[in-house]
Amino acid sequence: MATVSKRLVLHFPKRLTNEPIVYKLVKDFDLEFNILKASVTPGEEGLLVMELAGEQRSYDKGVKYLTETGVKIQSLSQDVVWNESRCTHCGACITLCPTGAFSVEPKTRKVTFDNNKCVVCELCVKACPPRAMELYF
Amino acid sequence: MAKTIAEINEKIKKGQAVVVTAEEIIDIAKKKGISQAANEVDVVTTGTFGPMCSSGAYFNVGHTKPRIKLGGGKVYLNDVPAYTGVAAVDVFLGATALPDDDPKNRIYPGEFRYGGGHVIEELVAGKDVRLVATAYGTDCYPRRKLETLISIKDMNEAVLFNMRNAYQNYNVAVNLSDRIIYTYMGVLKPKLGNANYSTSGQLSPLFNDPYYKTIGIGTKIFLGGGIGYVAWQGTQHNPSVLRGDNGVPRRGAGTLAVIGDLKQMKPEWLVGTSFLGYGCTLTVGIGVPIPVLSEEILRYTLVTDAEIFAPVVDYAEAYPQRKPDILTEISYAELKSGTIKVQGQEVPTASLSSYPGAVEIAGILKEWIKKGEFLLTEPVAPLPGVESGIVFKPLEERPIP
Ligand code: SF4
Ligand code: SF4
Repeated sequence: MATVSKRLVLHFPKRLTNEPIVYKLVKDFDLEFNILKASVTPGEEGLLVMELAGEQRSYDKGVKYLTETGVKIQSLSQDVVWNESRCTHCGACITLCPTGAFSVEPKTRKVTFDNNKCVVCELCVKACPPRAMELYF
Repeated sequence: MAKTIAEINEKIKKGQAVVVTAEEIIDIAKKKGISQAANEVDVVTTGTFGPMCSSGAYFNVGHTKPRIKLGGGKVYLNDVPAYTGVAAVDVFLGATALPDDDPKNRIYPGEFRYGGGHVIEELVAGKDVRLVATAYGTDCYPRRKLETLISIKDMNEAVLFNMRNAYQNYNVAVNLSDRIIYTYMGVLKPKLGNANYSTSGQLSPLFNDPYYKTIGIGTKIFLGGGIGYVAWQGTQHNPSVLRGDNGVPRRGAGTLAVIGDLKQMKPEWLVGTSFLGYGCTLTVGIGVPIPVLSEEILRYTLVTDAEIFAPVVDYAEAYPQRKPDILTEISYAELKSGTIKVQGQEVPTASLSSYPGAVEIAGILKEWIKKGEFLLTEPVAPLPGVESGIVFKPLEERPIP
């Protein structure tokens, strides 16, 4: 059986922030998790960035369970957004990004961003001089 | 054949001037030869678009009723303090100014998300900013408090005045230490993890006129998307540095002080900028036209990235401790290739000034001149050159008795 490991951003609506959702993922679906970032305030919206791993079938079931309970799932790559209109194409992000999500077009020296490669380390978000990299939850 | 600026202006007015960018001229001269290129081309345009901390703007905000004496009082624009040590309703806002409650580097590395440069960008974009002021009150200026929204349109004057811009060459910054450092040259990874540089190389204004033979006080330029002028030599103007055979400085050298009406500038060329762990500033777009007055001038504009060298400096130790040591010299062609070799190690490079921005600026200025919208000016006085004997002085401290 194939195993998968994916990085997900989970948005919890208000009513779910007191529910033991992650516990269920482990207990009922036999999934492993690794929390990368969390901000869950009881009574408010919650956000959890985590790596979820396990057998494909359990993974699918787990994700189904999440969706059914009302958790909004976003794949991690959508988390950091390049605001192209603010980007000055300076290139300061190029050597900082640990995953090579930015590249320079050699002729025009314009910078492009491939958000599939982004692991949301947030380095560019803070280090981009005109703050063209925006973090979206 | 030598030309004068007046002759070039006549051609510009008739729409007959031949204008090319400092990138384009390189190939043109290769194809046609220097003397034919010098005859045919009238103006070479240059550009640069990078963070320039010695930037600021002064404003005359108009008199309130009853009147208030902002001079000597306290003024904040969107919580960023402006300088008030001048007349009643004039204030100066510097690009690096920060709100009083900014945590600065107390939460290290500080984010510096908003400062004077950002206020300038918002004003240029036509947005309202909050003007909050307190004053001590006088018989002629009785008011002590003021809180109002204000936009650039409401102001009598809004003038960009930058006392040191368009640096002629700059350091390549690296970090030899084993911890990450946060500098005005960006985030530098430990143990030569990256190298940051900041000029537009072969497109940069003062690389194309290395001895300041055409650029002088009064030179009309592209400034922040509008029109500005060279007001003076910039601070730290240092013409007497080591130069290559082509006259191009191998160290930071000349600088320009520039001025222009902020009201006609554009927010895309004056961008509020933040340096993690360092501070705020303004990214400024500057373009300077170089009149091709002679073959000699043309020759200077042919400089390529391969012929411009910058010193590599350690920003963990040598720079902060003001040690003169440089690690090596690297050409802009190598810097732009994406990696350089320092101490036998491959180091990835990145720029802080925007090359695409510089290309665009040189292109816009070229169009303005071709359309006859932008005439060249004769400098009213030259910038101090190598002969000036200017010596760049560090501050040698003397004890106060
Ligand atoms: S650091 Fe920011 S402005 Fe510079 S190229 Fe990267 S995304 Fe664009
Ligand atoms: S957040 Fe990190 S991984 Fe994502 S693009 Fe920025 S530097 Fe790269």
